[in-house]
Amino acid sequence: MVQRLIFIAVLAGVSFVAYKKYVRIFNIIRLGKEEEIADRKSERWKNVFLVAFGQKKMFKRIIPAIMHLFIYVAFLFTQIELVEIIIDGVFGVHRFFADKIGFLYSLIINSIEILSVLAFVATVVFLWRRNLLKVPRLVKPEMKGWPTLDANYILIGEIILLIGIFSMNGADAVLQNLDPEHYPATGGIISAAIGEGIFSGLSIGTLQGIERFGWWLHILTVFGFLLYLPMSKHLHIMLAFPNVYFSRLKSRGEISNMPEVMNEVKSMMGLIEESTDAADMSAELPDFGAKDVFDLSWQNILSAYTCTECGRCSSVCPANDTGKKLSPRKIMMDIRDRAEEVYTKIESENIDKKDYDDGKSLFDYISEEELFACTTCNACIEACPVLINPLEPILELRRYKLLTEAKGPEEWLPMFTALENGGSVWQMPDQRFDWANSINQESTS
Amino acid sequence: MKVYTLEEYNTMSKSPEIVFWVGCAGSFDPRAQKITKALVKILHHAGLEFAVLGNEESCTGDPARRAGNEFIFQMMALQNIETLNMYNVKKIVTACPHCFNTIKNEYPELGGNYEVLHHTTLIQKLIDEGKLTIEKGKFEGKKIAYHDSCYLGRINNIYETPRSILKQLDASLQEAKRNREKGFCCGAGGAQVFKEEEEGSKKVNHERVGELLEGNPDIIAANCPYCILMMNDGVKSKEKEEDVMVYDISELIVQANRW
Ligand code: SF4
Ligand code: SF4
Repeated sequence: MVQRLIFIAVLAGVSFVAYKKYVRIFNIIRLGKEEEIADRKSERWKNVFLVAFGQKKMFKRIIPAIMHLFIYVAFLFTQIELVEIIIDGVFGVHRFFADKIGFLYSLIINSIEILSVLAFVATVVFLWRRNLLKVPRLVKPEMKGWPTLDANYILIGEIILLIGIFSMNGADAVLQNLDPEHYPATGGIISAAIGEGIFSGLSIGTLQGIERFGWWLHILTVFGFLLYLPMSKHLHIMLAFPNVYFSRLKSRGEISNMPEVMNEVKSMMGLIEESTDAADMSAELPDFGAKDVFDLSWQNILSAYTCTECGRCSSVCPANDTGKKLSPRKIMMDIRDRAEEVYTKIESENIDKKDYDDGKSLFDYISEEELFACTTCNACIEACPVLINPLEPILELRRYKLLTEAKGPEEWLPMFTALENGGSVWQMPDQRFDWANSINQESTS
Repeated sequence: MKVYTLEEYNTMSKSPEIVFWVGCAGSFDPRAQKITKALVKILHHAGLEFAVLGNEESCTGDPARRAGNEFIFQMMALQNIETLNMYNVKKIVTACPHCFNTIKNEYPELGGNYEVLHHTTLIQKLIDEGKLTIEKGKFEGKKIAYHDSCYLGRINNIYETPRSILKQLDASLQEAKRNREKGFCCGAGGAQVFKEEEEGSKKVNHERVGELLEGNPDIIAANCPYCILMMNDGVKSKEKEEDVMVYDISELIVQANRW
């Protein structure tokens, strides 16, 4: 009874805090510019099915993909067990489903146990890869400090969770033989072996203690995860789905149009009537491009919170691969960190996002040196397992530098001047068609 | 052989089957002009009626847009679209993947809708239709390493057509370690070719050329004038310019046919 009350209290507390934390993430994403993404629904669902559920893009690198799949599927299956744990906890029963769904129950238990063993192996491999093998993409400069700790915390948490599951199921397996009336058979093969190997011969009281310890360890770790996720890259286990759904479907080669600039240029060229609206004429030119999170689409901020920090993008980036500062992963992490900073202030000082000004911007996180090193090669986009597009914010930031601040690499100026004056990227004494002179002369002589 | 402009066609009250979009590199850069001329020869021998815009062509605006200068991009794009629409152009071929991408993927939103082909696609079509044949022999026993440009490959998903043309040359085709959707950039895109690279441990084109040279090829083949400029520079930096030549696919066809 006491246990039951404690459980209900913990569950209620955790639900409340989790609700707050997830609403907060939702609000942070809404700091971004409004944009309706409601087209091509069937294609979007197909992406969710193949890329988010199906992990399609992960399989470009087969070994991490399989390891990750173990953890991922184990995670999905454990959610089924979680339903039972919550029912048991709230109503003070033991293994609510065990005698209700028959054969299916032992099938689920066995699946969970097998997957848990595989997930354990994968977790150990991941810890080794990150900390001992030091796979290059996992130890780049932007991973120093919190990102590395974060990754390790989760992996260690995973191991604690597995210890919980197996001490619970192992002790339970022994109890099933000693007290079948209260401990219905689960049919778990691995837990039976663990029970036999480790827990056999213990008294009923000790076993019950171990079972309870495992049960609580399991559920508390899950609650811990739930509350921890919003401040971790592991939020991707939830956000990957919406992020994939809302990812860009237009052709990769198409950089988003700026209608405001288009209209300006059209009226300059006399292609459309100059606006005669007096209010329009006196209106200040808007800022072009993005300087802060408010100027980016909410979809970019969703992506920043979805980023798994896996570094697949940066490992294929030609700039990063040749030692330049630009790292597409860092761009996404910077957007998230800046959004976090902005929202924390908005929250604590209760300011409206329209009035927000702390004298800082994304440019305090991302330097020109990084921005202007991008070749727009799209390798990062191709590599990202959760369909993040780091190029889009890079270009928006470049636009701000070029159009609003009139900054950027000086070497580009002659190119721009040549384009404006002669319509070609180089200022040339020749006419554009001169290359054909030799051919055309031959043909007349 | 004569290269007509659309204006000339217009005064003859005729329209060509296809418009050849030459691009800035193809018009002005001495190395890239050779690619332009190679494609002219191919079109001529295939008996395809084509015209160019000549002095009425401007940069598509690709480097300006990718640098972040949308104003200049819009100026270029709207100007070009006006010209193309005035001549009622339907079909365009270009040897530059950047021009190809911008006209195909970015002009529609600004009011320019055309069927756009990269020259490798057109060449394969001409071969399929029997209008173009490639003589065997010239490249027998040679090794050709192929470089995927980002704007043709990863961005527009054209990987196999250029390869299938190269295979018809009778040479042995080499793949770089990073190929197709994993292809490694030459370093020119995003207006990088117009500025120095940021500080780093090496140049992007040196890295890429190093990889392409791993199989000791005789030729590096590419499909983009900017890639070719970058590859040439990379080959020189490795002091291999005597042993390894860098060509566009169209140039290889012209050589094979000894035109
Ligand atoms: S598009 Fe830019 S950031 Fe992305 S991989 Fe290419 S160079 Fe790097
Ligand atoms: S943007 Fe994508 S590929 Fe890059 S680190 Fe984040 S999740 Fe990985």
